Amino acid sequence: MNVELITFPFIVGLLAASVRLAVPILFAALGETFTERAGILNLGLEGIMLMGALAGFVGAYLTGNLWLGVALAMLTGTAMGLLMGFMSVTAKVNQVVAGLGITILGAGLSTLLFRQFFGLRSTPPTIEMFLTQPIPGLSRIPVLGEMFFNHNILVYLALILVPVAWVVLYRTRFGLALRAVGERPDAVDTRGLSVDRLRYLSLIIGGALAGLGGAFLPLASLGLFWTQITAGRGFIAVAVVVFARWDPVRALWGALLFGGAMALQLSLQTLKLPIPSELLLMLPYIITIVVLVVVSRRAEFPGAFAVPYTRGEK
Amino acid sequence: MTTREQVVVLRRSIDWRALWQNIYQAVLSVALSLLIGAVLLAVSGQNPLVAYRSLWSGAFSSVDRFTETLVQATPLLLIAISVSISFRCQIWNIGAEGQMILGGIASIWIALTFAGLPPAILLPLSFIGGALAGALWSLIAGLLKAYAQANEVITTSMLNYIAVYLLAFLVHGPMKDPAGFNFPQSPLIARALELPRLVAGTRLNLSFVIVLLIVVAALLYWRTTLGLRTEIVGASRRVARQIGLSVALTIAVVSAISGALAGVAGWGEMFGLHFRLIEEFARGLGSLGIVVALLGELHPIGMLVAAFLFGSLVVGGNAMERNAGVPFALVDVIQGCIILLVLARGYIFKSRRSTR
Repeated sequence: MNVELITFPFIVGLLAASVRLAVPILFAALGETFTERAGILNLGLEGIMLMGALAGFVGAYLTGNLWLGVALAMLTGTAMGLLMGFMSVTAKVNQVVAGLGITILGAGLSTLLFRQFFGLRSTPPTIEMFLTQPIPGLSRIPVLGEMFFNHNILVYLALILVPVAWVVLYRTRFGLALRAVGERPDAVDTRGLSVDRLRYLSLIIGGALAGLGGAFLPLASLGLFWTQITAGRGFIAVAVVVFARWDPVRALWGALLFGGAMALQLSLQTLKLPIPSELLLMLPYIITIVVLVVVSRRAEFPGAFAVPYTRGEK
Repeated sequence: MTTREQVVVLRRSIDWRALWQNIYQAVLSVALSLLIGAVLLAVSGQNPLVAYRSLWSGAFSSVDRFTETLVQATPLLLIAISVSISFRCQIWNIGAEGQMILGGIASIWIALTFAGLPPAILLPLSFIGGALAGALWSLIAGLLKAYAQANEVITTSMLNYIAVYLLAFLVHGPMKDPAGFNFPQSPLIARALELPRLVAGTRLNLSFVIVLLIVVAALLYWRTTLGLRTEIVGASRRVARQIGLSVALTIAVVSAISGALAGVAGWGEMFGLHFRLIEEFARGLGSLGIVVALLGELHPIGMLVAAFLFGSLVVGGNAMERNAGVPFALVDVIQGCIILLVLARGYIFKSRRSTR
């Protein structure tokens, strides 16, 4: 083991990588916070992120414009969110199984479309990624500057979305209605608001942000697309939302925890520890389970969580 | 009608009208999914007729192809039975893939470590070891759900990733065949341990018969006290508590049974097909098994038919990729469509019968 590699810059680099690796999970978790607050469990997040990753990559590849990739990814995510809305709100089916179906569909469709667009190639197609844009002044702050202010623009967007989501959820009429729909849909219905419409809206927000989270991988982190590129991040995002007890600010800490686990795993590999890489790769998934167990006892799920609403039912 | 209500109906008597409607809607869902796949192919410039013809002949054109369809159906059916027991108890266990991997690892480890034992002892021992390992892996999520309220969809999917990396670690490290030219695979098990072939010259083996026996066992399971208990806890946790059943204990037991069956699926793949640990031997089988379970309405006979259908889709899909150059992912897309259509069939096909 190369202990001398563990220097101050190494640790700061690890922290900065934690933030970057947390971002895809953070986008998806923020969206899922809205969805779950409205009383819908969207376990299709993994499939939606995969479709977002594909759409982002294809959009950027074809147009050469990264922002068009972002837009296409969010549109695709929205469409997938609407599909989940059809299943859970309109057809009122079991949300766990519907989410699973959407994940399988997203995984298959993203692989199929990628193959149909690019065929089989010896070298995979690549795109130019979003560049790092240090924020003048702020990026010079020791440690914190490197951690939070020396990234690409999508990272900043994710960090800004945290307070925005908080304000929307707690300080607007829409946020109030959304939270009420998750607790007592009958009460919201009596007040003349449409339960279905609010739940569809929550899935549009959740789908668009999950699509963006997926697209972050090819557009701002890897420059490539491959089958199952999200590697379980959608499921991890759902765990983060439970961990965060449906709060956007706590979702940031949750996402950072998993980003940290992934960064740690990567940097431990560079240290050439006598631990096989396969075992280090397990780390984020083990942490997800442990964290879920610790928080689930205290978690108070929204009152009407995962229950379809039909007027006139008790 | 919900699955829960159907469970109750199945126990009473066979409702032929509902059964006919289920079959009709399932067939319609599959047909519509194939149509969606065809449209996708046509849009991306490939001829769907050529693709589907290649898929069909890949699955059914000869005795050899047909036995291969049964070979693929074997683990799918077993995993479907495994998850159906969980699902009927409202435990959304999607960890069959990981449980199957653990079953494969444990059974191969036993066969290699105790190679000195006579096959008549070693083969049953490896079977039991595979079942136990699957049960224990599943029990992790089961106990966490029962006693810590941890969402099983998340824990089982995380356990799947962990199992995949565990398998990769073992075949690249401690269990790697020293004489295997550095390939990521374990040594072969003794020839005497290989399950006998049912048709000479094909890969169809005894594990197919064992799975058929398990189908019968599953039919009987729902007539036992434990089966009834599974159903009651699945139908309503509240009612179960009121009549004095331990919900947590039932969840743990059901998880263990499910896991054991998935573990046996891993054993069957090892001793019937591969004879050694290889990476990715379970890849995709977990989710496919869930689709089979749902399409089969969680009923053993329904799942038998669905497993056969999906076995043919997998074999045909591979042939389609080889012969017509159509990506196998098309089969995944069709699967996803089938799940969603089967789920929403009551709404989409405008059932005349009231849904509640």
